[in-house]
Amino acid sequence: MAATTSDAGTRRDFLYVASGAMGAVGVAAAAWPFIDQMNPSSAALAAGTTEVDISTIQPGQQVIFKFRGHPLFVRRRTPKEIEESKAVPVSALPDPLAENANLAANAEATDANRATKPEWLVLIGVCTHLGCTPTVSTPQMPQGEYGGWLCHCHGSQYDTAGRIRKGPAPRNLDIPVYTFLSDTKIKVG
Amino acid sequence: MSGPSTYNPKSGFEKWIDQRLPLPRLMHDTMHTFPTPRNLNIWYTFGGILTFCLAVQIVTGIVLAMHYVANADLAFNSVENIMRNVNYGWLIRYIHANGASMFFLAVYIHMFRGLYYGSYKNPRELIWIIGVLIYLLMMATAFFGYVLPWGQMSFWGATVITNLFSAIPVVGDHIATWLWGDFAVGDATLNRFFSLHYLLPFIIAGVVGLHIWALHVPGNNNPLGIDVKSPQDTVPFHPYYTVKDAFYLVLFVILFAVFVFYAPNFFGNPDNYQPANPLVTPPDIVPEWYLLPFYAMLRSIPNKLMGVIVMGGAIVTLVFIPWLDTSRVRSCRFRPTMKWLFWFFAGACVILGYCGAKPVDAAFAGIPLVWVARLATAYYFAFFWLLMPIIGLIETPKKLPASIAQSVLGDSAAAPAE
Repeated sequence: MAATTSDAGTRRDFLYVASGAMGAVGVAAAAWPFIDQMNPSSAALAAGTTEVDISTIQPGQQVIFKFRGHPLFVRRRTPKEIEESKAVPVSALPDPLAENANLAANAEATDANRATKPEWLVLIGVCTHLGCTPTVSTPQMPQGEYGGWLCHCHGSQYDTAGRIRKGPAPRNLDIPVYTFLSDTKIKVG
Repeated sequence: MSGPSTYNPKSGFEKWIDQRLPLPRLMHDTMHTFPTPRNLNIWYTFGGILTFCLAVQIVTGIVLAMHYVANADLAFNSVENIMRNVNYGWLIRYIHANGASMFFLAVYIHMFRGLYYGSYKNPRELIWIIGVLIYLLMMATAFFGYVLPWGQMSFWGATVITNLFSAIPVVGDHIATWLWGDFAVGDATLNRFFSLHYLLPFIIAGVVGLHIWALHVPGNNNPLGIDVKSPQDTVPFHPYYTVKDAFYLVLFVILFAVFVFYAPNFFGNPDNYQPANPLVTPPDIVPEWYLLPFYAMLRSIPNKLMGVIVMGGAIVTLVFIPWLDTSRVRSCRFRPTMKWLFWFFAGACVILGYCGAKPVDAAFAGIPLVWVARLATAYYFAFFWLLMPIIGLIETPKKLPASIAQSVLGDSAAAPAE
């Protein structure tokens, strides 16, 4: 009889632990679809590529296109802007990485690594701080101290290669994957 | 809830109900005979005012949801349709929009009241912490609501606030994408924000229930900060405080109505009457006034992660106040040093709000505002983490009155407790 009593206790303990463990796994498994439904759907993931026509952009001018819901900056730099950017040593930059999706992740943030063709700068126009669209600086309407961009939201300043120089933003403006289809056409993405 | 019930059902029907669902008994004990300190002043009427605000937001919100369309292409125009075509739509939307500001005005008075009279101290710690939770839920609800009209400020406010999460190392970007449901703020974001904006007020109502439940265990604190010692110190909640609450609620509603009817866009931002444009950020993006102090803190720190930590820390700090205050005296009336530090703290909050409203590179009398904001931020944290623990130990409080009744009625009228 003693054996039967202890056996009954063991069986209940077993059922308790087994059903508890099964329940925990079941709840976790059931929770996942409710969490993952918030992530981008496959339709949003298949954002594809964008072709932009740059034939009308004048030196010193920036045109904003739309790419995967974000602004895409295409800026045709003047020789002066290119020289200013080249003159900056990488060691003086808050973010020494090129942040260029066309290059290796550890590529340095030299001007050549930021713009394959020195005249053309192609950037995602999203401030790396909190996502505002920075305002372009022109000789007529300078924005910030570095001749590139100023983000009005929280005061981040970028230079003429889109590199962060001052303010709270942690990274240089991102450069998307892009190729020149011709002298006047770029495929982005 | 505190003490035995004094409910005495008279009719047979009341007795029948009381034996099955003692809801009338609960209402009688909590809203009628509930013993309340006899010296509560005007600042204690804001709890009732806040309950009114929540009810107004829920009622007007349910109506607005009957006409609003949560779709990135249609949302802006559906709000304009409410304003122009829906019968009294303009009134209901202006009540709802200004109601949010009135709600925060009342909650800030309520919170500063609690801070001044030490209402967070033993045994009321949980009331305070539940209150901080309500405040957090209010901020989330207000943020979701501000996104719904899908104007420029809606869109870029949503972008900036959700990007705060991208400051978290390693997983931050994934969290931001998860919140958006896309790679930027868009239609998916708007839909889920609408769903949550509808849900959260009911959660708040539930948590308010806990807040009041926890309040009714020790009962109200009072401007003297001393405990109720005898029935002489109290009056029944009804009619004494139902009347007082109702009177100040009327005054509050008059102020509310002045904004709704004479300055309905006083708290608004003109940029939000422009439809959302993902390619152009407005030159000066500012949050609603009730979030400006935290926004100023965020902007004053020149590092993304640190800025977000400081801003979050400013709110999390509130949870620890019951243990940061080491004083044995509750009310600042009897704390000569703390009283001044409290008003400096209130001033620092106003200064932070001013800095948050100005452009990031603005200056006041030649002093860059970013440095003013840094100073005020430093005081905000020093007030709670340094001054509160230290002053509580070294300050000599003034002599406390023997009882609430003695303080109110004078020595002669108040008989000894025994």
